[in-house]
Amino acid sequence: MKILSIYDFSNLTQAIHTWLSGKMSVVSTQVVEMILVGTVFLLFFAVLGLVLVYAERKVCAIIQVRLGPMRVGKWGTAQTLADFIKLVFKEPLITRDADKFLFNLAPFIIIIASFMAVAVMPFAKGLQAMDFDIGLFYISAVSSIGVTSILIAGWASNSKYSLIGAIRSGAQILSYELSAGLSLLTIVILTGSLQLSEIVESQADGWWIWKGHVSSIIAFVIFIIAGTAETNRGPFDMAEAESELTAGFHTEYSGIKFAFFFLAEYVNMFIIAAIGATVFFGGWMPLHVGNFEAFNNIMDYIPSVVWFFMKVSAIIFLMMWFRWTFPRLRIDQLLTLEWKYLLPLSLMNILLMAFLSLMGWHF
Amino acid sequence: MTTAAIDTSETKEYFINMGPQHPSTHGVLRLLLTLEGEIIKNVEPHIGYVHRAIEKMCEKSSFQQIIHLTDRLDYLSCHMNNEAVCLAVEQGLEMEVPERVKVIRTIIDELNRISSHTLWWGVMGMDMGAITSFLYGFREHEMITEIFEETCGARLTMSYNVPGGLMFDIPPHFQKMVKDFLVHFKKKLPEYDTLLSNNIIFTERTKGIGYLSKENAIAFGVTGPSARASGFACDVRKLKPYSAYHKVNFKEIIFTEGDCFARYKARIDEMWESVSIIEQLIDNIPEGDYFVKTKAVIKLPVGEYYQSVESARGEFGVYIVSDNKKNPYRVKFRSPGFANLSALNKIAQGCKIADLVAIMSTLDLVIPDIDR
Repeated sequence: MKILSIYDFSNLTQAIHTWLSGKMSVVSTQVVEMILVGTVFLLFFAVLGLVLVYAERKVCAIIQVRLGPMRVGKWGTAQTLADFIKLVFKEPLITRDADKFLFNLAPFIIIIASFMAVAVMPFAKGLQAMDFDIGLFYISAVSSIGVTSILIAGWASNSKYSLIGAIRSGAQILSYELSAGLSLLTIVILTGSLQLSEIVESQADGWWIWKGHVSSIIAFVIFIIAGTAETNRGPFDMAEAESELTAGFHTEYSGIKFAFFFLAEYVNMFIIAAIGATVFFGGWMPLHVGNFEAFNNIMDYIPSVVWFFMKVSAIIFLMMWFRWTFPRLRIDQLLTLEWKYLLPLSLMNILLMAFLSLMGWHF
Repeated sequence: MTTAAIDTSETKEYFINMGPQHPSTHGVLRLLLTLEGEIIKNVEPHIGYVHRAIEKMCEKSSFQQIIHLTDRLDYLSCHMNNEAVCLAVEQGLEMEVPERVKVIRTIIDELNRISSHTLWWGVMGMDMGAITSFLYGFREHEMITEIFEETCGARLTMSYNVPGGLMFDIPPHFQKMVKDFLVHFKKKLPEYDTLLSNNIIFTERTKGIGYLSKENAIAFGVTGPSARASGFACDVRKLKPYSAYHKVNFKEIIFTEGDCFARYKARIDEMWESVSIIEQLIDNIPEGDYFVKTKAVIKLPVGEYYQSVESARGEFGVYIVSDNKKNPYRVKFRSPGFANLSALNKIAQGCKIADLVAIMSTLDLVIPDIDR
């Protein structure tokens, strides 16, 4: 049951660390490493945004029996880049009487919140910027910072459409945060740890979605619903609701500031999918079936980072599928769904899981 | 965020301009909403942004020219509009058009209705947030548009009718094209139900929302599927059959719920009825002339002429006053969209903003039809 050492990124990171320590003092090593990690994450963000927007366009095109972007680059691969360049060169308009400071601040808060959440993500074995012992708690904490940005954006825009969108979004994200957190806690009962690396390690002999019986499947369904709602994506895109509120909280934003909100939406989708993959589907852990050694060994040959991104892509695809097939809920129905159905269900599910765990009925 | 939870004595009503540029008004319609939170207190439609004085222009045009102006009213049921003018003029001339013309007009009418309803279905889905339905609706709409293009050269503003008949005969492969389309369409229509009608979110959004009573429907002059969903039997094709409608069997789709879902369902069922009408006629197009020769300058005898047809949105009427000149003395169009819009305030009061979008979709407003 050992992961092939060639795929272990800790060798690489350790080598870099040793090399840097040999060249400079402890403090400057720290600083250089931070800058390195920061740069890598920045690049990762940019690539992630481009890839996800392109993927969404293609997925939506397939669902809608059309081709999607085809002109810029081979199969339209450079389309997102072209759009990004267009957004960068657009005039950043500010509405009259808008609160300029808050208006300009809001896009940064949402980006920073997404940045912070990615920091603890275990991309592969040994590839994790920070490994807190309260990783899961940390993620759900920082991912809710984003809502303040939405509220600020809606308030500072001095537009009624933005304000309605922001208030809706505030109510929505705060409510669904509960279900998302509780469904993750259901799995934490099994793992006994909030540390993401340990959660992954605990799934070496099978992913929690299989091992945790029906309870973890319920938890996953709740998580994916709440997660979709938290990212403000359809069918829960109440905050944007382009047919009602034109563009919701970012109606008045243009240019690069709009691009930040746009990017944040996709990065948040990635974060939700990554948490889902890590907690329910074993993160970078390959698919292992009990004592079927031959099969397990073959699976181990696939690099852990590939496993991680495969699982994340599958969940992202699921979320895109939701968005392009379901109509939008109304705000009161949305809150009814959370407070009357999902929240009681997830509370009961925690009890059920605790019971299963006490009796040792999980695998 | 229910109304009961908020102490309304402390909250204040506020106004929002929905439109003239807004994604779900589908044109330049401005709705002045009075809101309390998200609850709508009053809706005041402001129209006239695309007013082109078409009725006035008609007074300066010959009867042949009027037809081309009616395309620009409700552009999605242009053929029905054309037909109404032609029927009114033919009524004035006391002219009997050949059976072939009547049947072809009826077939194109129903194709036009299907194309309008498919587009409406797509847009309805888009308003509710299901953007995919827009593309699906347009796929079928496009197929009909191609049939129209083959038939008369135009895709949207057809002007296929002329007083006394049709502008051209149907192309030789017309029947095959229509049959091919029907085979395709009958497979795809159940897909519409799968995507929207049976979707729990969609039914939750539409059932019981936007109630219009039969009395109000009559009082506001609402016609078409929107009124029939409230139980008001107002199908002109049944009440005053024109063209070949007396020869075909079809049901008048009537629901009694009067909510958004009933209006939605009425249109979906109407598409099935249209398919059945076309199927009854497509193999029975009589041989003969496709027009009756009229004089180059048509002069109607002194008098008033009214002809209404069932357009995709309701009763479309043409009222012509003639003083025996080459231009009509006065022309008035009774456009269904205008009357349907007038009921919006009544329906939408007490609903939420999201419901208003659903209500507007199910009323199926076409702004150039309202503004004229």
